[in-house]
Amino acid sequence: MDFGSISRRHLLQGSAALALGGTLGVRGAAAAETTVGFIYVGSRDDYGYNQAHAQGAAAVKKLPGVKVVEEEKVPETDAVEKTVESMVNLDGATLLFPTSFGYYNPHVVKMANKFPKLHFEHCGGLWADKDPKNAGSYFGYIDEAQYISGIVAGYTSKSGKLGFVAAKPIPQVLRNINAFTLGARLANPKATTQVIFTGDWSMPVKEAEATNSLIDQGIDVLTCHVDGPKTMVENAARRGAFICGYHVNQSPLAPKAYLTGAEWNWEALYPKFVKMIMSGESIPNFYRGGLKEGLVKVSPYGEAVSAEARKHADEVKAKFMADGYTIFKGPIVDNKGKTVIAGGTDRGQKDAELEKMDYLVEGVIGATA
Amino acid sequence: MADPSIGLWTVPLAVFGGAIRVSTPFLFVSLGECITERSGRINLGLEGTLVMGAMSAYGISYLSGSPWLGVLAAGITGALFGALHAGICSLPRVNDIAVGIALMLLGTGLAFFLGKPLIEPTAPRLPAIDFGWWSDVPQVRAALRINVLFLIGVAIAPLLYWAFRTTRWGLLIRTAGESSDAARAMGHSVLLIRLRATMVGGFLAGIGGSFLSLFYPGSWNEGLSSGQGITAVALVIFARWDPMLCLWASLAFGGAAALGPALQSVGVTSGYHLFNAAPYILTLAIMIITCSPKRTLTGAPAELSITR
Repeated sequence: MDFGSISRRHLLQGSAALALGGTLGVRGAAAAETTVGFIYVGSRDDYGYNQAHAQGAAAVKKLPGVKVVEEEKVPETDAVEKTVESMVNLDGATLLFPTSFGYYNPHVVKMANKFPKLHFEHCGGLWADKDPKNAGSYFGYIDEAQYISGIVAGYTSKSGKLGFVAAKPIPQVLRNINAFTLGARLANPKATTQVIFTGDWSMPVKEAEATNSLIDQGIDVLTCHVDGPKTMVENAARRGAFICGYHVNQSPLAPKAYLTGAEWNWEALYPKFVKMIMSGESIPNFYRGGLKEGLVKVSPYGEAVSAEARKHADEVKAKFMADGYTIFKGPIVDNKGKTVIAGGTDRGQKDAELEKMDYLVEGVIGATA
Repeated sequence: MADPSIGLWTVPLAVFGGAIRVSTPFLFVSLGECITERSGRINLGLEGTLVMGAMSAYGISYLSGSPWLGVLAAGITGALFGALHAGICSLPRVNDIAVGIALMLLGTGLAFFLGKPLIEPTAPRLPAIDFGWWSDVPQVRAALRINVLFLIGVAIAPLLYWAFRTTRWGLLIRTAGESSDAARAMGHSVLLIRLRATMVGGFLAGIGGSFLSLFYPGSWNEGLSSGQGITAVALVIFARWDPMLCLWASLAFGGAAALGPALQSVGVTSGYHLFNAAPYILTLAIMIITCSPKRTLTGAPAELSITR
């Protein structure tokens, strides 16, 4: 037997089963339940990306006849395959949510081929026709919520200078920075967003330094796109700046300084997916949505948000809900003066071009490389 | 209208502020390691001690409401880890580097495990002393909000320098580090000296960890240290086991860490990965400049397993 392929979890559960086997009989007693597995790349209470997914899992737990198994801090390597195998073979999971971008190819694709009867719902991947039919990818257009945050930030900032602490210049991050800036310039056409890339998803000291440097530049509203916004939120609030949150609602960390924020709404989506699977419906393989579809939401406004800002933000939100609004509407010029979306071209949310974004719009101070 | 920004002055100010803010953990770990290594042993486990210290400080501060109690708890945790390292190393034929690596993994793993419920709550932080009261510039005032731990660290460095040279204890530690035979001939237990030196080293490293979680960045999470402990251990070597040089080296590292974000904030956006790597490039450069194939490192304790 190849011992290298036994995961730690496998081994622990195996030994637990051995220990209990004599008296309780080995597993399978609760076969009437549907078991759903959630896999996180980081810690599930990080006040950020993983916590948002864990809140979704918690909502699934409340459904009758559903059992949830979770594993956190699973790296984007073979490790995720081992986790899937143990969730399937030992826990009897039939629906799996591997929630990190890097799990998809090749790991989720491989597992979906290996277990054709099970369902795999992956967050953030780009499902293509060649991929297994029992796999799917879903993602939220959180840039819509960032756009609303931008409007609120634009009204609130006295200096017209906004700050963005970002991890890496990849399309999803650039799209958020651009949407935030375009929203802010709706409120204040002269507003600028200064972006600092820290280089990785979780770099607390760099994030704190970036926050301080931005505030030293006279920036008075900050937001971010890193895995755990807690560091930025707490440090910015200490320096007296305002904050737009990301991933989940961070207002408990800085009640006075928190304006609003772009949040995932997995606690609405996951129970829906689980119910669909349980009733035999099929989930579209490529699932996307924004505010209207309820995949993302905007945090409740903080007390520092003016009536004018609320009104404008609510108007735009209502347009999103009615499906009549495009953020990336030409002409859009990047911050080097090049036209990236020609006049008359509307890049709607489902436009695949947007998922390849490699520019920063006019008004952003920073560079992608 | 007065422009609230200070333009390019941000960079020197951020490097200066960063030197104070970011350097403290480096300072405590390197001073602690300096004591341990001077007694003839390397404790690579200080990375684990640092993380463990950060976690226990945050936990105790959260549960008791007193951040200073958290600092104390971090120190005690560190001393216990030091005792564990020294205890295992005092067995015959045990390699201190291997034990250090094991303790580094144990410390980080244990801290992540025990610290799981501490990621979400907010613990009371250590207070800062406002040294910028004379300035009207908010940026300067912010940079001069200094934590008392930093001042303690700065005070410990010359104290250690003096103690190594002129006190009986300093002499004993150095004797154990230079020639264990000589120490034994004088009637002292080398193991006991090293046990104490490693415990004090661990105590300081634990306090360095408490600064991370209780002051800056100021909360507990799993990416908190990201290798600062191990960098600080390396720093001792390039500071040539001299506490005063440890102080300057820590300040240089802190300033270098602030350079990347500060340059981006004033619009120098190209090559930020390179600027973020500044502290490590600095280490390599100093190592290359100061190394020589003809002699062993000056100032290296003779009993140290890397020089022996």
